[in-house]
Amino acid sequence: MPEISRDEVAHLADLARIELSDAELDHLAPQLSVILESVASIAEVAAGDIPPTSHAVPLTNVFRADEPEPCLTAEQALSGAPASEQQRFAVPRILGDEQ
Amino acid sequence: MSAGSDLVRRSAADLADALASGETTSVELTRACLDRIAQVDGAVHAFLHVDAEGALAQAAASDARRAAGRPASALDGVPIAVKDVLATEGLPTTCGSRILEGWVPPYDATVVARLRAAGLPILGKTNMDEFAMGSSTEHSAYGPTHNPWDLDRIPGGSGGGSSAAVAAFEAPLAIGTDTGGSIRQPGAVTGTVGVKPTYGGVSRYGLVALANSLDQAGPVTRTVLDAALLHEVIGGHDPKDSTSIDAPLPALVEAARQGAAADLSGVRVGVVRELGGEGYQAGVQQRFDEAVQLLVGAGAEVVEVSCPSFVHALAAYYLIMPSEASSNLARFDAMRYGLRVLPETIDNPSAEEVMRATRDAGFGDEAKRRIILGTYALSSGYYEAYYGQAQKVRTLISRDFEAAFGQADVLVSPTAPTTAFPIGEKLDDPLAMYLNDIATIPANLAGVPGVSVPAGLAPEDGLPVGFQVLAPALADDRLYRVGAALEALLEKEWGRPLLGLDKLDHRIPEVTR
Repeated sequence: MPEISRDEVAHLADLARIELSDAELDHLAPQLSVILESVASIAEVAAGDIPPTSHAVPLTNVFRADEPEPCLTAEQALSGAPASEQQRFAVPRILGDEQ
Repeated sequence: MSAGSDLVRRSAADLADALASGETTSVELTRACLDRIAQVDGAVHAFLHVDAEGALAQAAASDARRAAGRPASALDGVPIAVKDVLATEGLPTTCGSRILEGWVPPYDATVVARLRAAGLPILGKTNMDEFAMGSSTEHSAYGPTHNPWDLDRIPGGSGGGSSAAVAAFEAPLAIGTDTGGSIRQPGAVTGTVGVKPTYGGVSRYGLVALANSLDQAGPVTRTVLDAALLHEVIGGHDPKDSTSIDAPLPALVEAARQGAAADLSGVRVGVVRELGGEGYQAGVQQRFDEAVQLLVGAGAEVVEVSCPSFVHALAAYYLIMPSEASSNLARFDAMRYGLRVLPETIDNPSAEEVMRATRDAGFGDEAKRRIILGTYALSSGYYEAYYGQAQKVRTLISRDFEAAFGQADVLVSPTAPTTAFPIGEKLDDPLAMYLNDIATIPANLAGVPGVSVPAGLAPEDGLPVGFQVLAPALADDRLYRVGAALEALLEKEWGRPLLGLDKLDHRIPEVTR
């Protein structure tokens, strides 16, 4: 039976870039265990040689014609940005102090 | 009864006729809807944003087109509400999430662009579970929507705002989106009609993705014919969506009109053995069984079909959907749009630290649960056992549908296992919440279309029950034929539609402005 520990949830939240408080970890970890237990039965379905389906409509390599079309202006593209500078998205520093 | 309340209770098809004949104008009609919203939405809370000014301007433009003899479509001038998950240029789009609070998209979703091109004034944006994650609309960051049939109960979800708006006569039409049942289950519990088209039948461009391989936008209405009219406006190929099907829509309105004659001779109806019985509320099962008998009386040939893999559909869905969701929601990184939260305890925080703080503050519990679950299912070591296996089960479910559609032209089941439950009852019990979608999920996994049609009220609680019809991919017209036939047969029995303003008005307290 799959168990998902509090530490494991903390690790997954870290991978998913979500800062979870201790209270949230206490709250979410047991719920996630219950959900995982309920979906674990899937591993027992005999489906070894069955091809996987990622998508209900089997379309591949859909391209549009290579013709220029109007697109958003820089102002429009930046209109929802938390911060912008010189027609660019302004972001916090991306490197650590030691880098 | 005032002229306005008379207008708001009429169907979209009827209103289109009234506009064409000059009996009313789009401005008058749009004003009537806005008045109704002002009157009842304080209690129902179907809308997150009402655009009175914009809707009235669009209505005036529609009236000008009518006066010039150039209506843009049959529904030109009939107002509509749009689920807040579709991008609307110039109108806020939040997806029910704090992380998009105040975001105003710089472009229209294709569905919205088609509504505008067809001349439908957009009344506003409807409430929803955050990023369409839920079956009750309680996971909205902006507070729950209340079911017009009983304000202490849920209106379904994730599209509870759209279903409640239509059920409370705030709008004749609305747009919903359905990833695991978010159009059909709200339709069932509010006594309205909801259609999930064939996957790829309606463009997803500008629809903020929950799970790309499952999401599909569709009509939310009070009648089957209205759904067909709206479906023909929004459906069809869109080069901006690479999963859009490049084939003409079937004749949906024609199918709905044919169905209204209630002759189902030669139509084979398959009752899905796995979608009913144990786990289904007695009154839900009873109304479903009665509806099947009505179809038999109309000449349909009813057979029982078995889809053995459907018992694994919920598990497959709750692995595939969160996996796609965790990947999709990675775009909310506090850099290009939406919320940016600077952690208080850190001087000069890095982009990653800002991201963590923002995503903690911006996402609600259900979004966090699903992101973490998806991250888990996709992580190395678990990928094959969970996500890979779920994709194989998805194949088995499609094969079950293929076999069943060899025996029957349409498949039927109750839409949801229960009627509307009280607000708060399942909020902190995710598994109980997920079970609401047990009958609707298989269609999303296989990409086939489905409709929920009102089947009456459950005797034990007097709340609406939904009847689901499923058809093979691209055969959406069958939903409309059988759905319209059932609607006609039931309304003949009842002597009236299920929803009536007179029945609802005593449940929705008057809100004085």
